[in-house]
Formats: sequence, structure tokens, C-alpha cells
Amino acid sequence: MLEIRDLHASVNTNEILNGINLSVNAGEVHAIMGPNGSGKSTLAQVLAGRNSYEVTSGQVLFDGKNLFEMEPEERAREGLFLAFQYPVEIPGVSNTYFLKSALNAIRKHKGLDELDAVDFLKLVKQKMKLVEMDESLLNRPVNEGFSGGEKKRNEIFHMAVLDPRLSILDETDSGLDIDALRVVADGINKLKRKENATIVVTHYQRLLNYIVPDVVHVLVDGQIVKSGGKDLALELEAKGYDWLKSSSPVSA
Amino acid sequence: MVINQDMEAVNAIVREFHRFEKSLNGESASATHEHRQRAISHFAQTGFPTTRNEEWRFTNVQPIAKTRFCVPLDAAAPAITEQEIQPYVLENSIRLTFVNGLHVPALSCVSGLPSGVIVRNLREVLVQKETADERRVGALVDFQENGFTALNTAFVRDGAWIEIPDGVTLDRPIHLLYIAHKADGMLLTPRNIVVGGPNSRLAIVESFVALNNDAYLTNAVTEIFVDDGATVEHDKMQKESPKAFHVSTTHIRQRQRTTLVSNVINLGGVLVRNSTTCTLTAEHSEATLNGLSLGTSNQLIDNHTTIDHAKPNCISHEMYKSILDGNSRGVFNGKIFVRKDAQKTDAKQTNKTLLLSDNATIDTKPQLEIFADDVKCTHGATVGQLDDEQVFYLRSRGIGNAEARDILTFAFARDVVDRVHVDELRNQIESLVHSKLHHGRLVS
Repeated sequence: MLEIRDLHASVNTNEILNGINLSVNAGEVHAIMGPNGSGKSTLAQVLAGRNSYEVTSGQVLFDGKNLFEMEPEERAREGLFLAFQYPVEIPGVSNTYFLKSALNAIRKHKGLDELDAVDFLKLVKQKMKLVEMDESLLNRPVNEGFSGGEKKRNEIFHMAVLDPRLSILDETDSGLDIDALRVVADGINKLKRKENATIVVTHYQRLLNYIVPDVVHVLVDGQIVKSGGKDLALELEAKGYDWLKSSSPVSA
Repeated sequence: MVINQDMEAVNAIVREFHRFEKSLNGESASATHEHRQRAISHFAQTGFPTTRNEEWRFTNVQPIAKTRFCVPLDAAAPAITEQEIQPYVLENSIRLTFVNGLHVPALSCVSGLPSGVIVRNLREVLVQKETADERRVGALVDFQENGFTALNTAFVRDGAWIEIPDGVTLDRPIHLLYIAHKADGMLLTPRNIVVGGPNSRLAIVESFVALNNDAYLTNAVTEIFVDDGATVEHDKMQKESPKAFHVSTTHIRQRQRTTLVSNVINLGGVLVRNSTTCTLTAEHSEATLNGLSLGTSNQLIDNHTTIDHAKPNCISHEMYKSILDGNSRGVFNGKIFVRKDAQKTDAKQTNKTLLLSDNATIDTKPQLEIFADDVKCTHGATVGQLDDEQVFYLRSRGIGNAEARDILTFAFARDVVDRVHVDELRNQIESLVHSKLHHGRLVS
């Protein structure tokens, strides 16, 4: 589904991604772990299409299509979803209005009819249960005045409504207490299907107690230095990242 | 003396005054008319304000001063059908309609007024109301304020006279609908007097709209008296023709324990100047002044506000926003006076501008003059573009770039639109704002 080949990216001539190779198949959950500053979030942002990063070389194929030829909205319409580490507040735009615009843009792209208000509300109510989100958050401006936990739930709620094929969760666990973490992870697990794939970007192992990855990758200095099964996450938790910092990159 | 101005243009207006005078039929012996004559003499001496006047520093009215205007007399009112004005009508309102400044009873609707409520064409009450009444034309707006107030006073005739008696709550808004139609070259001078009696509650809407792309000048004056315990909302929405000049002067006088909300919405005109003054003359009153201006191409939209805290324990809030595209220019000047006596004043002023193009500009000037020592006064101005983070967030969820920009631009405007409490008007403004947003830009 996703094929990353020798990806290099930089910001202001600082190279952050230094030759990443990664392939993700439908039905899989990949975890990308690594110390602060290793390039985890940059990778997530580059995949979603943020233009503050410059892709200097390499290629990313999403279902065989060149990702870098697509605008961020086209990537989303093709089924890529980024759950933001810091969800953005949008005063003056209600959560429902935003989601309805997004969903209908995606549906239009797929050649489906736009959902009317009634059907949309039905869908929304059903998906809200997944993340145990309070209904009052629907009509409030997007993320404005939401607590840290509410913002993260809202991201997963958006994901549930938009039903992406590939979800990239950028530090979704940061700022969550243990109960919220369980709810969010539960939601993600319920959305898991064999046609879909998930990339979980995280610093800590604890989220992976709830979302069990098929593959764990360790990113250090913009390169994947080690890949392994779910036990690798536990090993990292026990030993930290230092022992891997001198490793040479691997092809995942 | 009129300096550096087209004397002939000023003389033409004076000649128009004599033509107007002749059409008044017998009314010309009244005190109102003496007032008119003093005003035109004043105008003949001073002409229009120039940029050397600090109040007009950023707004050059030369395009107005150079135009030869004519004043529409009764015979000139063109026929318009109810259907033509439908888009601007508020269904459930008490309505006075004016076409090219002249009252048109057939398009008005003042039936079913609560007892004691007066909503009439100003012309009908001018003769009665001119003498001892302290709420007379000119009680709040001095014709000597500037050339525009002088001109409005000189040609005062049609407009609204509104009186809400003690304790009456109006459940429908009063709508003053000013329509320009085949108005090329016209000088329109509506004058409105609004008296909100003690403990009354009312909402008054002034809309200025055009049915064609005519070039004309609307030069309006409104005087609003808010008596003890009264609550008044004053909404002014102008969507004048793209070639029209619009100058308006509104003075509001608040007595004790009153609440005033003023919303000024600018969606049209090529050269626009609104001056809103609110005087808090007694304790425990609250004034809220909001504004929204959408400008594009070569529009100039100037909003001047003055809040005068004369007495203690009053609150004022001010939120003026502009969205500017093309080569448009915005001006905001917000004066707040806190007099020596006005302790415990709480005043807050905010001016925010969203620039959608590199060539759009805003001149913003907060002006706080505080003579009391125990007060809370804040002001802030921001000028910026759409937030890239927000745009990216929307796009990353599948919303196209242009739509994302329209959504965010609308959200910026909505903050002010939501402060209009007259539902039908708010919906009207919402759709007018939507219709001006196109692919992340403003269209005229």
C-alpha cells in the first residue's frame, strides 16, 4: 500500500530524513519509534504533504501512485490520514461543518453522492461512540478550548468518520492520561480492517500495549536503524535508544 | 474657505440647495429650514474635508468633492416593485422603505405597531418636532462637524422618526431600507432619529443597497437616544453599488443602565466612511461596537469610532474586523475617552485585519485618552494573513485549498456576523459574505 524508497527531506537545508525505506501492506500495523529529534514527526508530516519540508530525493508510492505529485487534499481523498500531534484550533468553524466538508470532498472524489445533513448526523453519532466523545464537542469550533485529551479523541473521531485506508498517528499518545489512552487505542483497534493499514509514530512503548504492531521500526537520525516484531518495542523500553544510535540503516 | 477644491462643484451643490428649497412648498418658513440654511452656508464655506484634517488623514474624499451631484426631488423617485427589493427585505419587520432617499409608503410596512410606538417618515414630523424638543434633528450631530454632516443637514427631509415609549419591548425589528436605483449622480441624505424610551427594547436595522451599478453618494446621519434602562441594537449594513460613495455619521447617547449594541457591516461601495460615536452620559451602561468590512479591488473602507465614557461604572467593548483583498484599503480609528469623572470604566477595543493580497493595506489607529485613574482600558490590533497551520489542517482532511481558504476567511468574519441578533439580517449577511468569497479571494 505504501512504499517509501530512499526518502530524504530537509528543512532550511538541515537534512532531517536521511534515506528512509519502508513498505506497509494492507492489514498491517507499523510502529515507528525513536528518540526526540530522530525525524519521526517529519516523516509523518512529509507523507501528509506539509510544504515546510523539502523532499530532496527518494520516492513514495501510495497504492502505486506517486505521493509527491499529489496536493495534501488529494492525498487525503486517496485515503491517507494524519492524526496530528498538535491538532490545530479553528475558531469560527464548527467540528461538524469541518467534517462534513471533508467527508463530502472525499466522497465526491470517489464518485459518491454527498451526504445530506440527516445521513451525516447518523454517521457522526455512530462514530462518536467509538471514541466515547461528548456530543457537545460536535457543534463547538474545531479543537477550540478542547482539552489535550479531547483534541486527540477528536482526531480519532475524524479518522473514524473519514475512514482512511492508511492512517498515520503522530504521537497520538502524548498528553493522554491512561484512561484516555485506552479509549483512543480502543477506537483505533475497532477501526482496524484488513484493507486498511496504520502507522503509529510514538516515543514511548505504552501505546503499543494497546495497539499491537506487526512491525516495529526504530528511527535514529533520519534513518531506520532497526526493524523487528512487537518485542522490539519492549526491548527499547528496557534499554532506551542509545544502544542503537551507532547502528547502520536497514531496509525495512 | 474652500481651498484646493473644485469651487464649481461646491457651487453646484449650493444651486441644488436652491432648487431643493423651492420644492419644499411652504415648509421653508420653519425653524428646520433655518437650520438647513445655516448648514448650507457652512458647507459653502468649508466644502468637503481634506486630508490635512487629522480626522480625514487616511481618507481622501477628492473623488466625492469632484463630483457634480443632484438631489432627487419627489418627482424623481423611480417605480420599484416589492419583488425587486425582496432579497433585502426582512420578512418579519416594521419597515420604512426609501428609494433614492425618498420615502415610498407602498413599499413600507408599519401596520400593527404597539400602542404609542411611532415609526414615520421624518418629513411628516419635522414641523412638529423642531422647537423645544431636546430630541430634535441635530441634537446629537452638529452640522458643523464636517462638510458631510453640513450637507446632510442642509438637505434634511426624508428619513425615519422612531419613538418607542416607556417600557415597550418591540418583538420585531424596525427596518430602514434604503435603496438606490437609477441613482447616477445623486446625493442622498437620509436622516434618522431614534428614541428608545425608558426601559424600552428595540432593534433597528439600516440597510443600504443598490439595484444597479450607479455612482452616487449616500450621506446618512442617524441620531439615537437611549433613555434610562433601555436596550437598543443598531445594525447598519451597507451593500452599496461598487461605484457608490457612502458616508455615514451615527451618534448614540446613552443614559443610565442602558445597553447598546452597534453592528456596522460594510460589503459594498468604492469609498466608504462610517463614523460611529457613542456617549455614555450616565452610570452602569454598556456599549458594544462591532464592525465588519469586506474590501476588494479599489475600495476604501474607513471606520471611525468614538466611545466617550463621561460617567463612572460603564463598560464598552469594541470589535472591528476587516478582510481586504485586491488593492483595497482599510482605515480604523478607534477613540476612547475616559473623562475625569468616569472611574471604574472598563473599555476594551480590538481591531483585526485579514489581508488576502499583497497590495491591500490597513491603517489602524487606536486612540485612548484617559483622564480617570481607576479604570481598565485595553486595546489591540492585529494584521495578518490566513494561518498556514489551519489551512494545512483542513487540506490534510481532504478539503481543497480554495475551499479551505474560504472556510477560514468566513470564520474570521463570522465572529462579527454572529453578533447581529436580528436572525433574518444575520442570515442575509451570512449569505452575502459567502457570495463574496470565491476560491480564497474576495469578489466585488
